[in-house]
Amino acid sequence: MTDKKYIVGIFNDEDVVMDAVQKIRSKGIKIHEVFCPYPVHGLDHALGYERPRMGIPAFLFGITGTCLAFLLTFWTLGVDWPMNIGGKNFFPFPTNIPIVFELTVLLAAFGMSFTFFFMEGLGPSVKPIIFDIRSTDDKFAMAIDLNKNTVSDSEITAFLSEIGAEEVNVKEV
Amino acid sequence: MSVVSPIREHLVTGGKTYHDVTEDICRHVEAKPTKEWKIAFAISVLVLLYGGGWVLWTWWEGLGVWGLNKTVGWAWDITNFVWWVGIGHAGTLISAILLLFRQKWRTSINRAAEAMTIFAVLCAASFILMHMGRPWLAYWALPLPNTFGSLWVNFNSPLVWDVFAISTYFSVSCLFWFIGLIPDLATIRDRATGVRKTIYGALSLGWTGGARTWARYEDVSLILAGLSTPLVLSVHTIVSFDFATSVIPGWHTTIFPPYFVAGAIFSGFAMVQNLMLVTRVVYKLEDYITLEHISLMNKIITLTGSIVGVAYITEFFIAAYSGVEYEKYAFINRATGPLWWSYFGMMFCNVMSPQVFWFKKLRENIVVSFVIAVVVNIGMWFERFVIIVTSLHRDYLPSSWTYFTPRMGDIGDYLFSFGFFFTCFFLFSKFLPVINMAEVKSVLKSSSEKKSNH
Repeated sequence: MTDKKYIVGIFNDEDVVMDAVQKIRSKGIKIHEVFCPYPVHGLDHALGYERPRMGIPAFLFGITGTCLAFLLTFWTLGVDWPMNIGGKNFFPFPTNIPIVFELTVLLAAFGMSFTFFFMEGLGPSVKPIIFDIRSTDDKFAMAIDLNKNTVSDSEITAFLSEIGAEEVNVKEV
Repeated sequence: MSVVSPIREHLVTGGKTYHDVTEDICRHVEAKPTKEWKIAFAISVLVLLYGGGWVLWTWWEGLGVWGLNKTVGWAWDITNFVWWVGIGHAGTLISAILLLFRQKWRTSINRAAEAMTIFAVLCAASFILMHMGRPWLAYWALPLPNTFGSLWVNFNSPLVWDVFAISTYFSVSCLFWFIGLIPDLATIRDRATGVRKTIYGALSLGWTGGARTWARYEDVSLILAGLSTPLVLSVHTIVSFDFATSVIPGWHTTIFPPYFVAGAIFSGFAMVQNLMLVTRVVYKLEDYITLEHISLMNKIITLTGSIVGVAYITEFFIAAYSGVEYEKYAFINRATGPLWWSYFGMMFCNVMSPQVFWFKKLRENIVVSFVIAVVVNIGMWFERFVIIVTSLHRDYLPSSWTYFTPRMGDIGDYLFSFGFFFTCFFLFSKFLPVINMAEVKSVLKSSSEKKSNH
């Protein structure tokens, strides 16, 4: 690993960390990421992230499922081996709605979830960089990448303590 | 920022901090199993093995080991199937529908309820395999071309819809459950050492809880909830189509889909209630699963029980209104025929017994809640038995009228499903966190006794 150096501010409370994010950003310091034990609503917005749009992969996979299911039922019962069932049409659409619906949901759910894993780089063999091990328990850890900031590290450290960080650590990865 | 009405009870009592939540819930995963757990687990495994023996005997000997006869060709197998699928629905309901409705009290119970869904659906699926007689040919239900030509499965058949609905439901429920588990598995990973760290590390997929990941995660959860809600409604609707699309009086009623869905929610909530009442005592989680939770669950049980009550009465009215002799007789026979006791059991357990929850004292009484939840599950089993067996046992030809008596094969196979369900549930409660820690932490600040900065 390259010698990347991060300053990690540890916070105790979601409201304090939310204020801190705004103050740090207004000072022009770039935040690498804030790690939280639970989802803090509005934090992504405060950090300036775009609204998550997981609905797009869900829709695309869903519509693929719809088309595949429609083709499956239409081709098997309508084209490949038409059967006379109760004197109905060979391909009565309404009775195929359940299959089309189920496959739409199946592909949308799995497609979206695996897209999410892929986008976030999540996988069983991933060894994550953990800035502070307590961030999955009860602390909020704000990591600031020193290589990407022009402000000196002593200044950032002092400012973090001023805006409510309990501890400020340095982490090299 | 969320606003919580001050008249609401606290969702988490006991002045818990974030760290207390982690400790209280991880403790059971990290500690050695308790004596109570070992005894309960051993009993479940014994029931599983005993029932498993009967399942093997069913496959070896054939369906003759059941009490089926020429007139009643479907009985306990399909009754148990529908019963277990119905129970399973509560998990998705609690986690998906209550998420969409922003009901924060779901956070303490959704994990266990979703686990219950998965195990209940597996139990239901086991009855499909049992009644096939030749379970190694179960793949014939999939859309594969017939070995002797290119004849496909009939996509117009509700039984094929069932295959798709149940397997989609099972897969999506597992996915939803697993995604909910990821942050908690990461919490356990960060506390563990050695082999456990490796296992929980692999399972948590390298989760770190960055703000961007959480934002997308919440979006994914919300969309999954939005997909699961119509899915869960479709599953029991399709299960009801197994009956409703037939031409048997007592079965082909258009009220079945909503009536089955309400019944599913009803029995599922009762099962969740039972499991949670036991879990909160065994794992000392009274601060997380509070009387408020129990009371809210009881309210839903009363509501859905009354909905099925209305459905029972509507069925009678429609039968009378139809003017069809066979239809009328099917319903009169249900209530007054030789199987009247099952009809009475259904009415008493499902419609009358939950009405005690109109009284706040009884709604918040743990013993009463537990007993009524058991009674409701018995009642819902009777409901399926009533629909299935009493509609079949007196058919169009009086000379083939008969009675249904279960044999040991029916009972043994039913016991198997109980053994399987509880074995799975005990394993889950030992190796995975029974309460969603991340979600409980997210409601802690706005809705616990310990509020700071507010």
